[in-house]
Amino acid sequence: MKCSRLLSLAAMAALFVIGCGEAALAQKKTVIRSVPIGNLRTLDPIWTTAYITRNHAYMIWDTLFALDADNKPQPQMVDKWSVSEDKLTYTFTLREGLKWHDGPPVTAADCVASLRRWGAKDGMGQALMSYTASLDPVDAKTIRLVLKQPIGFVIDALAKIDSNVPFMMPERIAKTDPNTAITEMIGSGPFRFIASEWVPGSKVVYEKFTDYVPRKEPASQAAGGKVVYVDRVESIYIPDHGVAMAALASGELDLHESPATDLLAMVESNPDVVTVPNDKLGWQLFMSLNHLHPPFDNKAVRQAVLWGIKQQDFLVAMAGDAKRYQVCAAIFACGLPNESKAGIEPLLSGNPEKTKSLLQAAGALGARVALMDQTDNTVHRAVLIAAQALRQMGFTVDVVAMDWSTLIQRRASKAPPAQGGWNVFLTNATATGVENPLVNNFVKNCAEAWYHWACDQRIVDLNRQWALEADPAKRKQITDELQRVHLENVTLVPLGMYRPTIIYRKELVDIIPAPAIFYWNIKKRGGA
Amino acid sequence: MWAYAVRRILATIPVLAIVALVVFSILHIAPGDPAGVIAGDQATEEQVQAIRSKLRLDLPFHEQFILWLTSALQGDLGISIFSNRPVMALFVQRLEPTIALAVLTTIIAVTLAVPIGVLAAWRAGTAVDRGVMSFAVLGFSFPVFVIGYVLIYIFAIKLKLLPIQGYRPLADGFWPFLRHLVLPSFALGLSFMALIARITRASMLEVLSQDHIRTVRAKGLPAWRLLFCHALPNAAVPIVTIIGVGVALLLGGVVVTESVFAIPGVGRLVVDAILHRDYPVIQGVLLIFSATYVMVNLIIDLLYVVIDPRIRY
Repeated sequence: MKCSRLLSLAAMAALFVIGCGEAALAQKKTVIRSVPIGNLRTLDPIWTTAYITRNHAYMIWDTLFALDADNKPQPQMVDKWSVSEDKLTYTFTLREGLKWHDGPPVTAADCVASLRRWGAKDGMGQALMSYTASLDPVDAKTIRLVLKQPIGFVIDALAKIDSNVPFMMPERIAKTDPNTAITEMIGSGPFRFIASEWVPGSKVVYEKFTDYVPRKEPASQAAGGKVVYVDRVESIYIPDHGVAMAALASGELDLHESPATDLLAMVESNPDVVTVPNDKLGWQLFMSLNHLHPPFDNKAVRQAVLWGIKQQDFLVAMAGDAKRYQVCAAIFACGLPNESKAGIEPLLSGNPEKTKSLLQAAGALGARVALMDQTDNTVHRAVLIAAQALRQMGFTVDVVAMDWSTLIQRRASKAPPAQGGWNVFLTNATATGVENPLVNNFVKNCAEAWYHWACDQRIVDLNRQWALEADPAKRKQITDELQRVHLENVTLVPLGMYRPTIIYRKELVDIIPAPAIFYWNIKKRGGA
Repeated sequence: MWAYAVRRILATIPVLAIVALVVFSILHIAPGDPAGVIAGDQATEEQVQAIRSKLRLDLPFHEQFILWLTSALQGDLGISIFSNRPVMALFVQRLEPTIALAVLTTIIAVTLAVPIGVLAAWRAGTAVDRGVMSFAVLGFSFPVFVIGYVLIYIFAIKLKLLPIQGYRPLADGFWPFLRHLVLPSFALGLSFMALIARITRASMLEVLSQDHIRTVRAKGLPAWRLLFCHALPNAAVPIVTIIGVGVALLLGGVVVTESVFAIPGVGRLVVDAILHRDYPVIQGVLLIFSATYVMVNLIIDLLYVVIDPRIRY
């Protein structure tokens, strides 16, 4: 083929490509472009406890009750409710005007099915269902819950803000086996999920649900009126933190829910960017010790660890600025109703030398421990601190690097560390996820023990007492006793609390302080 | 030639079978628990096991393999464990950004590198030649993400000419589509350019020393005709080979570039799947990659016949 003909063909191809694909200009809409806390791969908030899925779910589903800014339960989908004198029968009436995104009204039957599905999976939900004699729709708008005996946590359970949240779904969807993920994203919440634009692992799009009827009260954390002031929210996962920061600084993005702490300096002096810890409670960091194998099968050795922990070292690694963390030895988090100071003295001492002498007395000085290190997770920073801290205490530490998925598999192993097991790992949870004995799966003991396999029957008995107790003063006593026993047996080692920062363009106003970013109530000055 | 093409296509089948078995085996031997990742940190072991059973991840290895292979032979690559979407749908969704990035990178790289390589060969031994070779070494030496950050800093942050990140599909308009691809294509294309320039130079040097080129020179043709219409076609075989291999690698996804520029391509799909042990996605996409790689190699081999009529299969 001649040269000149080749060149002509190339030019024609270029013109053809340029001519293609010119689209009509999109209608101007107010859009918030944000970077979420993680990669949204799973959409079913009952199937998984992942926070990114919980946050997604708040966009499109609603709840019967919700926690306000004081962490007190408030009716949300419920209009009015009552409890019988014998405290056995709860009656809930739904608000008028609640509608699913595909049109039909929300009914009591939808809610009953949703509660059953949630109650089959969630710890607090399971506890509630174990005390439930019957749960039925009375009519289209009324739900009746009858208990076997009075308990003190019904409304707390229905209002919980941590995974798994009891989101209400259409009955046909809620009847899905709880161990099978739902595939339809139809809710009654303030936003609709735009399935056609979902790119798993990259982009999620929500649009305002124009038929949503918000409550009249002002928005207050997850409660109150969920009034939406934007047309669309595009949640874009950007793996590179530096690029995400630069994009926000330049205006390509409006909000970043989880910026890298060490890169905040890139934007802190930018007058167009606001940097703030939006969750006033934050996260609890903790260490799990394997109670099954030496050296931590010995209670004295576990207790020795408490004396050597300097929480501040861990918190600086996680949060950097002292404004964003607090030393907190409470098992059920600080700043919440179940905060306790019982038995916390060892955790506040930060004395590795004392740990060494206690280990010496227990015959465990120099004991080898396998510390799992999830290198692809933000907690990795704290793990490195833990390695050094444990060495200072007198342990011989083997840091076993792995990814999070491998850690999840390995931590379930009850084998000795040398045969694929482990001695120590670290993780974190939101404060609302640890704030009481029912919601806090991490400190469950004996038959329901989490990945530490602690077993102190007193914990099991106290948990039951707490669930049945409605009097706040008596509950506080039980909580204090629970914490004392937890720390005596060292179910977990609390490593303090820290508050992640969010960053956003100053055009956004009225972001609700909460454990998740709620996109209702937010206004974007200047439009698109 | 058609018989040769058919034989090559049929030979793909055992290749793919081996790839399927090796990938499946490695995934199931490697540690990691997708059920645990799905269930989340707060889940109990019973909840994790329930998910594991539902997803049939607790079946013996051979049963899982047979189930998957049977579906794959019918064109069904399975459903993502996490997103519940068909693997093929996920792959197709990511294909446009990947193809767009690969095509634009190839166009930029070939358009710039081939003339540079030709120039270097024509001016072999001079400062021009040394300059081109130095550029080639630099192109190989810089990691793609470093080049990406530098380009972002200069053209997006300081000069504000181009966007920092993201991908806009062609349906949103040609210029937004192109603007979002320029920086990642250049970042990726630089090392590709360096490689093509070197190969072009080496191949051209060999051709320029041949008798028929001396004849063309003697006939008084202008230099550009000598180089691009006579020498380059004869030097094209190794150049086409390297371009083809490069395109196959680009179509396989370039995860670093996609991560830096937040492009939702096939590379990120696979890496995310690997990190979370989304077995059906990993198995399905790697099978598609293998088939693509084999087909690209076949196309390259068939192109040799077009470029050089002396080659016969």
